[in-house]
Amino acid sequence: MKKLLKYLNKYKKECVLAPLFKMLEASFELFLPLVVARLIDMGIKQNNLKYVYTCIGIMIVLGLVGVLSSVTAQYFAAKAATGFSADLRKDLFSHLMSLSYKEIDNLTTSTMITRMTSDVNQTQSGVNMFLRLFLRSPFVVLGAMIMAFSIDAKAAMIFVYVIIILFIVVYIIMKTNIPMIKEVQNKLDNILLLTRENLSGVRVIRAFCKEEDEILEFKKRNDVLVLNQIKSTRVSGSLNPLTYAIVNIGIVCLIYTGAIRVDDSIITQGEVIALYNYMSQILVELIKLANLIITLNKALASAGRISDVFLLKNSQIRTDENAKENINRDANRSDGYDTDTAVEFDNVSLRYHSSSDYSIENISLKVKKGQVVGIIGGTGSGKTSLVSLIPRFYDATDGRVLVFGKDVKEYEINELRDKIGVVPQKAVLFKGTIRENLGYGCKNVSDDELNEAARLAVADDIIKVKGGLDSYIEQNGKNLSGGQRQRLTIARALAKKPEILILDDSASALDFVTEKTLNANIRSLSYNPTTFIVTQRASSVINADIIIVLEDGEIAGIGTSDELLESSQVYREIYYTQFEEAAK
Amino acid sequence: MRNKSTFSKLLERIKPYSLFVVLSMLLALFSVILTLVIPLKIGQAIDCIGDKTNWGKIIPVFTQVIILSVIVMILQWVMNLINNKITYYVVRDLRNDAIQKIETLPLSYIDSHSQGDIVSRIIADADQFADGLLMGFTQAFSGVVTIIGTLIFMIRMSLSITLVVVLLTPLSLFVASFISKKTFNMFKLQSETRGEQTAFIDEMISNEKVVKAFSREEQTIEKFASMNEDLKNASLKAIFFSSLTNPMTRFVYNVIYAFVALFGAIGVISGNMSIGILTCMLSYVNQYTKPFNEITGVITELQNAFACIERIFELLNEKSEPLDKFDAVCLNDLEGNIEIKDVFFSYNKEKKLIEDFNLSVKKGQKVAIVGPTGAGKSTIINLLMRYYDTDKGIISVDGYDIKDIQRESLRSNYGMVLQETWLRNGTIRDNICLGKPDASEEEILRAAKSSHAHSFIRRLENGYDTIISDDGGSLSQGQKQLLCIARIMLLLPPMLILDEATSSIDTRTEKKIQSAFNMLMEGKTSFIIAHRLSTIKNADTILVMKEGRIIESGNHESLIEKEGFYYNLYNSQYGDR
Repeated sequence: MKKLLKYLNKYKKECVLAPLFKMLEASFELFLPLVVARLIDMGIKQNNLKYVYTCIGIMIVLGLVGVLSSVTAQYFAAKAATGFSADLRKDLFSHLMSLSYKEIDNLTTSTMITRMTSDVNQTQSGVNMFLRLFLRSPFVVLGAMIMAFSIDAKAAMIFVYVIIILFIVVYIIMKTNIPMIKEVQNKLDNILLLTRENLSGVRVIRAFCKEEDEILEFKKRNDVLVLNQIKSTRVSGSLNPLTYAIVNIGIVCLIYTGAIRVDDSIITQGEVIALYNYMSQILVELIKLANLIITLNKALASAGRISDVFLLKNSQIRTDENAKENINRDANRSDGYDTDTAVEFDNVSLRYHSSSDYSIENISLKVKKGQVVGIIGGTGSGKTSLVSLIPRFYDATDGRVLVFGKDVKEYEINELRDKIGVVPQKAVLFKGTIRENLGYGCKNVSDDELNEAARLAVADDIIKVKGGLDSYIEQNGKNLSGGQRQRLTIARALAKKPEILILDDSASALDFVTEKTLNANIRSLSYNPTTFIVTQRASSVINADIIIVLEDGEIAGIGTSDELLESSQVYREIYYTQFEEAAK
Repeated sequence: MRNKSTFSKLLERIKPYSLFVVLSMLLALFSVILTLVIPLKIGQAIDCIGDKTNWGKIIPVFTQVIILSVIVMILQWVMNLINNKITYYVVRDLRNDAIQKIETLPLSYIDSHSQGDIVSRIIADADQFADGLLMGFTQAFSGVVTIIGTLIFMIRMSLSITLVVVLLTPLSLFVASFISKKTFNMFKLQSETRGEQTAFIDEMISNEKVVKAFSREEQTIEKFASMNEDLKNASLKAIFFSSLTNPMTRFVYNVIYAFVALFGAIGVISGNMSIGILTCMLSYVNQYTKPFNEITGVITELQNAFACIERIFELLNEKSEPLDKFDAVCLNDLEGNIEIKDVFFSYNKEKKLIEDFNLSVKKGQKVAIVGPTGAGKSTIINLLMRYYDTDKGIISVDGYDIKDIQRESLRSNYGMVLQETWLRNGTIRDNICLGKPDASEEEILRAAKSSHAHSFIRRLENGYDTIISDDGGSLSQGQKQLLCIARIMLLLPPMLILDEATSSIDTRTEKKIQSAFNMLMEGKTSFIIAHRLSTIKNADTILVMKEGRIIESGNHESLIEKEGFYYNLYNSQYGDR
């Protein structure tokens, strides 16, 4: 929570005013027992009806002023709380958006969603309640205590003892309860995860007839959740009753002491009643406080979960010093630098942090501007890893990747990625119109340009069938087939008119006729991008300027198709499994 | 309470725990009565003070108060526990029913509803409902008892003053209901805005890689910020206006309090009442108004809870897949003769898809289905697996209509690998053993080796115990497909369905897997959908589909000879290169 408190900085005014007005309200409430005491001692005992009327009038005015200050306080509290949560949510989202692929690989979408929604909500109500009541209650308690002292110091000492005991009780309960609540949230995450899985994997689960097992597993996790919930309430539920008992015992002590003091004629009966009233007020406040502490405990547990997200740091942040150092090196380099080179791999290796082996190892190669590069190789041979280094999705573990002569680490990351059009393996489209989706990577783009990009990606017929650029795409492109999605993602990359185009196995759902047209279209692009085509199919790269054959993360051959047929055993195998005819 | 049937459904849900409810009510009753007795006792004690304290009378009163307080404490604690238990059990049951519902919902429902929405019903809505229900139990119920109890006590002491209190109370209820009516729409707006934002978060976080690849972080954050601003404003309004209830009603109670003091004072002065009783009356008024205050405070919360449980009931009320017929057959020692006769099917009525489809597959045949996207190839699988039922016509296995076969028996006889891989959170081993949790280590290794997944698994940091999360994480699409194939290799099912199962696997590995499949499928019936025609060339029957119909069928040679659609397709892949 401490780390999140800075989000309240912007709302200093509200944070001060809200409790202030609450205290104002509370102080009017504190006068009430005094007025009642006067009413009894001076009005009733002296049979002074006029005095009684005055007292009643004062009571009503106090109430009215109390309402006004309370409303004001609540406005400020609500403003601070909603502002706090909005800023927090925004920062949380920006933070998640700032992470690199490496961190994204380890994120679990479902917990990120609960953290951004329900956990932030919990902290919001925590702040709101805190501002509204947490200062008010101690103030009322303290105020009641001071008032009690003004009546009789000796009797009032009981207030001090009661409050100290209560604080100890509250502290112990909070201390034990917060970890329990966190555990409950974690168990809830488990259920959420299983629910999501059961929906996304419904076909597989039913094909394997796992429904019963899934239900059993869900029930098991659900029971664990309930067990934890009940365990947690066993502690939190004791707060209220304990408070009640302690205060009542305090009242007994108070009246006992009061009685002695009345006997000694130090205080009056009316004053004992006032003391009792103050104690009752404390009881009411403390019970409110107890409920609040439960809310606050939840808020604190949520705040902890949110802080955990902020602890994830982008591993790719470019430091200025780093950049400066590199500029010098660049200056030295530029003499010998070949301006024709678009992408250069300089002894590059990459290892994902989850694996013990290198995905690609010691790759060195240069690609000239405008070349079409085919990358082919077995499953897991490192094809995707290789191309994902170009837009700096991952940082090379060793070696350097240069784009247009400059180390990718020296680019402003968006400057680099704006040059590159990527069609990822997984064809993802966003909820929105076709126009929005195709223009996704562009700043300003005309309809003609979008239509042209779609034509090049052989996606113009999809737009026609769906009813124009304004037709709607559902989340994840649910209303399109796999092949349609792929073609639209290709059109999206082409609409950017990128200097470097990366197609990562993005024709797997296309039939061969379509793919052929597509490849011809890409060849004919007027802006002549350097193109990387990652594929399983020899036919997709057969016309490439150079083909890189990867095996187990290393280059097993470079050259044109014909050259490789001569020189590379691996390429020959790939080639002939597809073109059996030609082999015969 | 807006919807009566929702309320009665809720009562049904609570019914199994009626013993607890009765217990909770009894506890509430006793603890409320005792909390009402305590001020009475304290009033007595104060009356003992007077000018000279009556010590003989006051001490027993003190002991009574202390004992009563401790009893109240215990009663309240137990009541809290019971209330929590009821709430959590009811929600647990709801969630259990919901997952059961999900497992039996027809695929058409799941395919056409947003996953996030269903999840939020089961998780967020159920939680919100729990909060509301708990408040209902703890506050509304003991609140009502407190109100009735205090009224009785007050009547015993002074009828006229009680009358003043009762007459003035509706004023506060009026104020509360006025505010809550006004704020309901604000809350609705808040939840709608929140739902919209949640959907956006879901979409953007799960596809963050694409956002980054197109450097759209800034625009995405901007869009988020504008939604966030809307949410902030909606929340501010809802929270502020709903929080007006409390001070407003409190003011009404202050007025009531003042009136009681006034009438009490007049009563004392005219000699009808003692000062002790007046004190006691005033403290009762406090106790009487407190639950009102709390109840009005939770009204919005309760409204919210009802909206939430309605959403859960909505899900639970969806129609499940029809149950297996009571005399449904269980298939043992399957032959694998499949007959599809005069089948019509479409996902929606306006757009016809499969029309008059006929196919007869003999035991051990290998059937390949090819055709352009949208031709209905995957739909055939939906029908074979009975994910969807045909609109007209019959599909039969070994002479039994599949509607007469137990679903589990039908599906477990197929091994299915889909293009869209699905892996669950868990270890690699868990994922391979999905269909056979008790598989031995040897079996797992053999399956992984024959699917050629072993070599990449071995290279992962923790090998077979590597935990994969969020649909595969850093595994490549091809590796995921290998794992899905390993699942099938472990099971050795009597019939096989491969829907583009090797589309992301390189051709060499594919070829090796193919031969493993061939061995596996020796003498068994299989259906294969593939773009790469090389993988299906040796199929017994190749069906060429277009727009929901079979336009050509035959084996590879006869189709090539025909020089039709297949011939052209094949040539575009392999002929002129």
